Amino acid sequence: MTTAHPQTTRRSRTSYVPHTEADRRQMLETIGVASIEDLFVDIPAALRNPTLRLPDGMSEMEVLAHVEQLAERNVTVDRLPSFLGAGAYRHFIPSAVWQLVGRNEFYTSYTPYQPEVAQGTLQAMYEFQSFVALLTGMEVANASVYDGASGLAEAMLMAVRLTNRPRVALAASVHPDYLRTVETYLVPQGIAVERFDPAAPPDASGFACLAIQQPSFEGFLVPAEQVGEAAHAGGALFVVAADALSLGMLRPPGDYGADIVVGEAQSCGVPLQFGGPYVGIFACKQKYIRQLPGRLVGGTVDHEGRRGYVLTLQAREQHIRRERATSNICTSQGLIALAATIYLALLGKEGVRQVAELCYHKAHYAASLLTAIPGVRLARPDPFWCEFTLQLPLPPSVVNQKLLDRGILGGLDISDRIPNGWLVCVTEVNSRDEIERLAAETRAIVEGR
Amino acid sequence: MSEPVIFERSQPGRRGVALPPLDVPEAPPLPAEFRRDDLPLPEVSELDVVRHYVRLSQLNFAIDSVFYPLGSCTMKYNPKVHEDAARLRGFQQIHPLQPAETVQGALELMFRLQEALGEISGLPAVSLQPAAGAQGELTGILMIRALHRDRGETGRRVVLVPESAHGTNPATAAMAGFTVKPVRADRAGNVDLDHLRSLLGPDVAAMMLTQPSTLGLFDPNIEEIAAQVHASGALLYGDGANLNAILGKVKPGESGFDVIHINLHKTFTTPHGGGGPGAGPVCASPALAPYLPDPVVGERDGQYVYLHPPKSIGKVRAFHGHFGMFVRAYTYIRSLGADGLREVSEHAVLNANYVRSRLQDLYELPYDRICMHEVVFSGSRQKQQHGIRTLDIAKRLIDYGYHPPTIYFPLVVDEALMIEPTETESKETLDGFIEAMRAIAAEAATDPELLKAAPTTTPVGRLDEAQAARRPDLRWQP
Repeated sequence: MTTAHPQTTRRSRTSYVPHTEADRRQMLETIGVASIEDLFVDIPAALRNPTLRLPDGMSEMEVLAHVEQLAERNVTVDRLPSFLGAGAYRHFIPSAVWQLVGRNEFYTSYTPYQPEVAQGTLQAMYEFQSFVALLTGMEVANASVYDGASGLAEAMLMAVRLTNRPRVALAASVHPDYLRTVETYLVPQGIAVERFDPAAPPDASGFACLAIQQPSFEGFLVPAEQVGEAAHAGGALFVVAADALSLGMLRPPGDYGADIVVGEAQSCGVPLQFGGPYVGIFACKQKYIRQLPGRLVGGTVDHEGRRGYVLTLQAREQHIRRERATSNICTSQGLIALAATIYLALLGKEGVRQVAELCYHKAHYAASLLTAIPGVRLARPDPFWCEFTLQLPLPPSVVNQKLLDRGILGGLDISDRIPNGWLVCVTEVNSRDEIERLAAETRAIVEGR
Repeated sequence: MSEPVIFERSQPGRRGVALPPLDVPEAPPLPAEFRRDDLPLPEVSELDVVRHYVRLSQLNFAIDSVFYPLGSCTMKYNPKVHEDAARLRGFQQIHPLQPAETVQGALELMFRLQEALGEISGLPAVSLQPAAGAQGELTGILMIRALHRDRGETGRRVVLVPESAHGTNPATAAMAGFTVKPVRADRAGNVDLDHLRSLLGPDVAAMMLTQPSTLGLFDPNIEEIAAQVHASGALLYGDGANLNAILGKVKPGESGFDVIHINLHKTFTTPHGGGGPGAGPVCASPALAPYLPDPVVGERDGQYVYLHPPKSIGKVRAFHGHFGMFVRAYTYIRSLGADGLREVSEHAVLNANYVRSRLQDLYELPYDRICMHEVVFSGSRQKQQHGIRTLDIAKRLIDYGYHPPTIYFPLVVDEALMIEPTETESKETLDGFIEAMRAIAAEAATDPELLKAAPTTTPVGRLDEAQAARRPDLRWQP
């Protein structure tokens, strides 16, 4: 007869607590209480030690197997040709990016409240600010915000503070999540959010800002310059939301009059990971920096004249100004901003432009093949970069389902905005073969095959 | 010796990454009005980039290298298995707009995390969407606002916030369109119940309360506070920044909170990353469930689906939130289970009280009682007796090889020193830190200049913050 060894049958788990029984005893003695429970006496007895109905803990081996099972139940975009974009983009990420980001000293540090022991994080943030300013053509940028959508909301709030006008106008062609985020942030503060067509900008004299997304949610380039002129003619600010990587090829918003530039930098070295974490960029003209939300890093010197970096202009922020702060934002997207910084450094002057151009040419090749299918046409005649909207002769939901059955992840169904609208994204990771398969299968589906 | 910025390493013609050639016909050029000319980015090799960022990393203190008792930030150890989990291709390579049937594993993970956070908090209606604690606060307060509006109570324009609260609390209330009124603490550090009673009325929408408080104290009158707030028709918002003290010890929902946010990067040990990304899920009572951000994940006949709360406040960001952080937090909760989570809080509290007991003879303890997961001292004794500021004590700790505690917060404590050891630190580590703090207290008397000159072991000394603010240098100039 054998009996199970208790050490190997007992439920195994860890809490990463290193204390031995002797440690606990000595520590309780030092504190002068009999048990750990005595440290929780301030919690009313009737509420203390409730039952937590959670599954039992697991060993590392078991938990990894469990999450691997969950991960395997997802269809990944690297296993089948994918043409989904709409604010989250698949691009090639060089190996060096996440190997460097993953260094413990970046990963497991926090906000650089003590600059002498955080120069690495601080200088990297300063470099991020520099990259964002250079890409957008703006004078200054902050150390990042949560994402493009909340960044746009913060930019419009900033415009309201700068102009004292409780009314903003947003192009109808912005990403629907951006629009909803702007409304969530602004409406409770009594700010009216109105929409406009960038082809016919409104009289801006009553607005704090006119805001556009370039390219638009549908992928097309909007006549930005005339929106900027209309904004300034009415004494309003001009706010532009842009994808950071698109600026490798597209004219920087600072060149066409933007006062505040926001947007996503997910396209610069950040994996899709089901929608986040990503990183929002936020840049503006120098004269507006005292109204800028979020963290800022500045260069300075120590007492011996050595160059160093600190968090600066903190009088704008919630931990100093409390209810009069420029925003409640506390953290930035430190690690993700670092990934974008390293990506931009690695790709550099030539590489960033080249990626942007690869996307442009491949997207246009895809569009030329798809629009050769009878009944398929571009929704607008305007130029585009890596995304475009088609109108299909049958519902995009039907086309997408049939494409998925054939092993292709099609574009996004935006028939709620444009009749039978289908938003297709092509980047440098889509091969010619994938593009031609998409076109051939779409043709077959449209032709009823 | 300082590291130049990456732009200063640039040499014309150098490249870091090779890209494949164009494999499709070239399209006609973009019209000139949309095209950029110059792209003034650096030209550096891959090795240049690798050395540069490795060197920068070496200038940081981090949890993986030193004890990091930064109060209110819960700098506990970040288990490595979480990183392997988060980097599985099945989690990294999925698009947020894929059809739900192609991402069932991801949705199941989100659903189970919602359920677990609902159980831990005692508040079953959960949204994972907020990007950070402050955004979670905004979400919760906007939900409260929407509930009052639906009840026709539009006159509720005031939010009460204790003086000791994080700055995000009043900033959030202001962003949600409310007026903020501070609530005083009593002598023991608890909410002054008389003051609270005098402030409550038909104009108050909510009270925001951090429990345990930023003083590291659990307010024993929580049931009375909740009863008063509710009797006035207001709701009780919980700032979950300090949840690490009470896992499995008390459920905020059972003690009267209507909605709280949780910082996954604190309690559930997702990496702090040099200042983000965080993640600030919100847990609410059933009455607030219809107002949650859109969408949440539900289960229907074994399938995981997106649900759209009928009276949703909308979206607070694009897509579903910081999914990468959900994977880590979920892995952590599944590793520990209920018993492990309770063990976390018990040892976080044990460690903080041990530090308290061993330092309170040398440092002023403004609230002399059992603390929770962190202990707040005051440097007032050192200031009065030796002209040494808390800042000097913090900087001297760096020379001893420790990251300093949070200083000058909470604002209600003069020369505050806020120490949060966390449960993952051993007694030996705490003893080493305590000895350093005791040595510094002695040095303050014998050699105050040593403290004022600190740190001397770092790549740079104390930096001129006034100059940084007076002449802002916020970017590299070509």
